[in-house]
Amino acid sequence: MKKRAFLASLPAMGLATSTLGVLLPLLPGCADQRSHAHAVYMLVDTSGTYAQEVDKAQLIVNFLLGSLNPGDSLAVARVRSRSFSEKDIIAKATFDNRPSQANLQKRAFRDQVENFVRTSRGSAYTDITGGLIQGALFLNETGAGKKTILIFSDMQEELDKATLRDFPIDLKNIRVVAVNVVKLKTDNIDPRRYMGRLEDWQKRIVGAGASEWRVINDLEHLDRMLES
Amino acid sequence: MADTSLWMIVPGNGALSALVLFVIAMPLLYAARGPVHGLVRAVGHLTGGPLKLVSRWLLAAARDMRERNRQVLLAHGREETGQHIAREFERVALLVRRDLEGYPALQRRLLDEITKVEEDYKKCGEVPPPPPEWVEAVEAIGRVKSGNELVQRVLDEINDSIKEIHAKTLADYRNAYEERHKILNGFMPFWRSLDKTLALATEKMTSLNDQAARIDAQIEKYEQIAKGTEKAEHALTVSQLTQFFTATLVLAIAAGGALVNFKLIALPMSEMVGAGDYLTASLRTSDVAALVIIFVEATMGLFLMETLRITHLFPRIRNLSDVMRRRMMWVAFVLLLTLAGIEAALALMRDMLIADKSALLQSLATVPQHQPAADPWLARIPTAGQMLLGFILPFALAFVAIPLESFIGSARTVGGAALVLLARGAAFVLRLAGNLVRNLAKVTITLYDIVIVLPLLIERMWKASSAGKASPAKKPEEEAPALPDKKLSARRGS
Repeated sequence: MKKRAFLASLPAMGLATSTLGVLLPLLPGCADQRSHAHAVYMLVDTSGTYAQEVDKAQLIVNFLLGSLNPGDSLAVARVRSRSFSEKDIIAKATFDNRPSQANLQKRAFRDQVENFVRTSRGSAYTDITGGLIQGALFLNETGAGKKTILIFSDMQEELDKATLRDFPIDLKNIRVVAVNVVKLKTDNIDPRRYMGRLEDWQKRIVGAGASEWRVINDLEHLDRMLES
Repeated sequence: MADTSLWMIVPGNGALSALVLFVIAMPLLYAARGPVHGLVRAVGHLTGGPLKLVSRWLLAAARDMRERNRQVLLAHGREETGQHIAREFERVALLVRRDLEGYPALQRRLLDEITKVEEDYKKCGEVPPPPPEWVEAVEAIGRVKSGNELVQRVLDEINDSIKEIHAKTLADYRNAYEERHKILNGFMPFWRSLDKTLALATEKMTSLNDQAARIDAQIEKYEQIAKGTEKAEHALTVSQLTQFFTATLVLAIAAGGALVNFKLIALPMSEMVGAGDYLTASLRTSDVAALVIIFVEATMGLFLMETLRITHLFPRIRNLSDVMRRRMMWVAFVLLLTLAGIEAALALMRDMLIADKSALLQSLATVPQHQPAADPWLARIPTAGQMLLGFILPFALAFVAIPLESFIGSARTVGGAALVLLARGAAFVLRLAGNLVRNLAKVTITLYDIVIVLPLLIERMWKASSAGKASPAKKPEEEAPALPDKKLSARRGS
């Protein structure tokens, strides 16, 4: 009889153990299937005079490393004469779900970017479109819920004769942000060139299905952009 | 834009047009008087009737609810007071067992001491010195005539003997007094002991008296509740309200504690279940896991309090045998202890994760930040504090069971009273709305009659003249056709 009474009391005690033992492992199973991760692909222009701005790119990468959460993805790629290649990806990582491991990955990422900044050399041409296509492929592969391409460039595309980029590209559901779009000497002579260049890019990117197009020249506004 | 001047019979003169239209409409309105009155009255009743019905139903429901609340309140009060009385009796039994169990021994001790004192008192009684036997001889010799030498000598001898005997007797007498003083001096500890014993007995009796007075008060309260008097009901309601607000306040404080607890373990839980999994758009799995741990701790606390018989939320646990109950108590306590240990470890992990993140951010900063090296002991204080909090909070949360029980118990009364108030308020509003609608119908009918006052006057005059011709003695009520309508509506309205 006493054993029975004890057995009868077990369900009450089982509430706690079941919650811990059964509910916790089940939680990820019944989780929200939509991805809440944020994937960022950063294109760093290394062509011509813009190569000297690479130091600023490192600041942005560091800022991104500090802002992104476990589970998010980050890739940094350079823009060269032809940028549609995995070889142009300097560093990429999908941060671990565990914060401690994610921090370790971020440290390694920072070291890789630092190494790139020290050893980077300028390129003859600037293939931004190729970089955008490569970035879109990378971002779509991550399956992240929020996808962003940061273009650290003056947005002056220069292609050699053999490179073909005059076709429609697909940037569906990707936010594209041009960062640190410095004015060229010719822009200073005729500012309409600068405005026209940005307008052309806006038309092209919005036409490619991008969810948003934005230009941020003051890096202090970058955090607000990432939060939104 | 529509032309609004179409209705104007006299173009450019709105007032005249309106007057003409009014004059044209008046006979029509007069002709439709009966049906319009009926329609307005019907609408009034159609709207007011259900409102009144619902109002009555609400009032009846409020009465029923109040009666049910009263029964529940009194039953609760009876149970609570019964428990209180039982507890008081337990206290009295304990008091009697503890204090008055030794009363026979105390009495025997008192009697022994009194007997001893009596014996000693008898011993110290003053013993008069025995009358010297030679007094009679001296008296006989004293009667002999003086001048006799023999007598003189005898008397001298006797004098010497008397002096000697007197000295001896005096010494004996003094010795005897000294002995008695010693005995009397020996009384003092007995008197003190007697006084102390009596004071102790008095104190115990007073304590018992106090307990008895408390029981009397509780019994009186119980009788009042059993009779279901207004006073008892009011007192119980006030007591329940006080309990409700106090329990709510304590629960709010406990919720604050739970929030701090949550903050302590939410971040390290992401290390265990991952930071990137979401249950909903904004609810992380790690946050839910932390919440589950806190709820499990609260549940364990609930079981612990239940098995300790501090709360009585689960009859199944209350009815368990003592052995089973004790086993269950230990199981709950061990689980709670384990969870507290886990929380302390998680708090430590949180501190380490924050430190790691801080170091990473510092290494990513543009300008290297050289912070002065803090005293290692000072740096350890927050860590130790977090661990201590992580360990203590689960036990503190365990005590939530007590206010929770009060809250659940009193919420029934408070909620019931609030429902009764709500039902009464709604009934009043509906009743008011029903009356307003019915009276509005009456006002509309009167206004309608005012609008067609001219045809009505003509009708009345015509009827009066025709009635005057037929029977001049007819009552004025029968003359006006509008009057029966008014009477009817007034009757229906009432």
